[in-house]
Amino acid sequence: MRRRGGFALRRSPGHAALCWGGFGISASSRHAQTTDPSVLAGKLARGDRARKLTALSLIAPLFLLLVCVFGVPILAVLYYSVDNPLVSRILPQTTAAMAEWDGQALPGEAAFEAFAADAKHAYKAKTIARAALRLNYEIAGFRSMTMKAARRIKRLTGPSIKEDLIALDKRWGDIAYWRAIKDASASYTPRYLLAAVDLKMTWDQGLVQAEENRRIYLAYLTETFWISAVVVFLCVVIGYPIAYLIATSKPANQRILFILILIPFWTSLLVRTAAWVVLLQNQGMINGFLIWLGITDQPFEMIFNRFGVYVAMVHILLPFMVLPLYSVMKSISTDYMRAAASLGARPFSAFLSIYLPQTIPGLGAGCLLVFVISLGFYITPALVGGRSDQMVASLIAEFALGTANWGMAAALAVVVLVCVAAIYPIYHRFAGGDRMNLN
Amino acid sequence: MALPANATLGQQVGYVGLRVICAFGFLFLLLPTLIIMPISFSSGTFLNYPLPCLSLRWYEQVLQPHPWGFAFENSMIVACATTVIATVLGTLAAYGLTMAQFRFKGLLVGFLISPLVVPLVITALAAYFALAKVGLLGTHIGLILAHTALATPFVVITVTATLQGFDHTMVRAAESLGANPINAFFSVTLPLILPGVLSGAVFAFVTSFDEIVVALFVAGPGQFTMPRQLFADLRDQLNPSIIAVATLLTVASICLMALIEILQRRKDNG
Repeated sequence: MRRRGGFALRRSPGHAALCWGGFGISASSRHAQTTDPSVLAGKLARGDRARKLTALSLIAPLFLLLVCVFGVPILAVLYYSVDNPLVSRILPQTTAAMAEWDGQALPGEAAFEAFAADAKHAYKAKTIARAALRLNYEIAGFRSMTMKAARRIKRLTGPSIKEDLIALDKRWGDIAYWRAIKDASASYTPRYLLAAVDLKMTWDQGLVQAEENRRIYLAYLTETFWISAVVVFLCVVIGYPIAYLIATSKPANQRILFILILIPFWTSLLVRTAAWVVLLQNQGMINGFLIWLGITDQPFEMIFNRFGVYVAMVHILLPFMVLPLYSVMKSISTDYMRAAASLGARPFSAFLSIYLPQTIPGLGAGCLLVFVISLGFYITPALVGGRSDQMVASLIAEFALGTANWGMAAALAVVVLVCVAAIYPIYHRFAGGDRMNLN
Repeated sequence: MALPANATLGQQVGYVGLRVICAFGFLFLLLPTLIIMPISFSSGTFLNYPLPCLSLRWYEQVLQPHPWGFAFENSMIVACATTVIATVLGTLAAYGLTMAQFRFKGLLVGFLISPLVVPLVITALAAYFALAKVGLLGTHIGLILAHTALATPFVVITVTATLQGFDHTMVRAAESLGANPINAFFSVTLPLILPGVLSGAVFAFVTSFDEIVVALFVAGPGQFTMPRQLFADLRDQLNPSIIAVATLLTVASICLMALIEILQRRKDNG
């Protein structure tokens, strides 16, 4: 893989001739008489190009498949986080009529008429509910107001639709609702992305905090980060000594201990979560044992709360901490520690100043690996956590699968993705990306 | 790492302390899955000791065609198809990656293994959007494609690692003796890198077989896989049949792990 021959040879033909023998048996026997280095270099460059083409054509199938099933879908997530087609598609005349509106005064009769026509049409086509739901994201209560108007619009006969609508519901005379329609009818919107970090754009003040009752997403994100950070910390506290013990024991024991780490690593995530569900219940094994021991006569609440989430997540992610730590510690010579001790360092200070710094690459890799994986955790908190322990991933699932709010699901995913993207370069510097190097 | 005879008190405390923490850590890692296993042989419905009586009733229930037989069948279909696609394409790509140097290779490798570094829930959401657009939500093909994206990086990484020590001049030797490239690949390269390819395949299989998040997003009721059935049962009806399934899955994964270990040794020795 690291054969740089191709590059070096093309740059210096003389060198090419020297290296030629080692490169191709068939070529060197066929062209034994050719001595001109530049001819050889030319042939070599051609062969090199052919090899490159073969290589690329071997990679191409996987590349194309991944582009289709991974690359483009990820781009679609980015797209859906700003995509906003509903209102402009379902209320096209209103969108057109309000294109030039500056939002300073209530729109004129024309906009009301356009809205009435759109609503009548959309009511018949049964699409109005989706537009109404979309408008409700802008101002709570807009949905019922739109649905009511759409139901009654046929019966509004007055000379002025504007007056009729306002008579039907006086909120139609409130400029805020028309501004909301105008906002919602843009083809692309930053509102989902802003909402994902508890911000919103208002007509006159620019960026402001979202309303109090909608300010929930940052709390979810900080909870997610906090849970992940605690899990990382616990994994270091338990994983570091384990990795150290494995790396410093005799080779025969090393193999056994290493397999003891690999067994949970290979066991299905769901099986391990199931084990904790069984163990941690109020009538579960741990509580039964504690009561039997007489430590307590009331069962401890250990499941459907934060405790259960930490226990199960640390259990699942601990091997991801131990494996990179072990692979680094394995290559650290014990001579350094002995040298430090012989120079008078106390064991603890020798550990801090000699051993610990050498394990930083493994430690960093393990921490970031565990952190990034736990950011996306969904199944385990769903099964052993309570309502307040759900992480951002469950919110994404709820938006995508529950309420079919693709924009919000995509926006939250983008926020998580940006956080991971910010973390990843650090991980890469420490670990070089070979997390699968298990042996 | 034995303690020297003249160890200070501090060293002794550290020595003992390290072992206590490690013992706790190992117990914590291994005990939960082991300690629940006997409950699967209980004749009662409680998930606790003591067992009223031993029985195989829960295993009998698990072997019924519905729901576990159906789930197992789905999981096998999806995992096998994923394994075949991922192993073939991943091996070809790994071979291509090691046979020549070209510009942007680092970026290309980064892209090929990027499904590993994106949080699973985002990959699942992306697959959900894409499959919904092309009408493949709730189909086996859709689930297989989504799982293939997750599984190929493992194949690429394991096969590339095996190919690091591979001497490409052997292929040229074969070609100089008249083998065409395809012939040379099957008769020279593949036998030599087979352990790596097989461990990649096992990784791909396990990735798909254990996968739950993507399955939750893109699978319909017709694609209920084992993990999905486990997830549903864990939420709705907790009884020892879940533990029977868990026990069977754990035994299976330990067998697969042993297989990987053997393959790795063969790779290291040969």
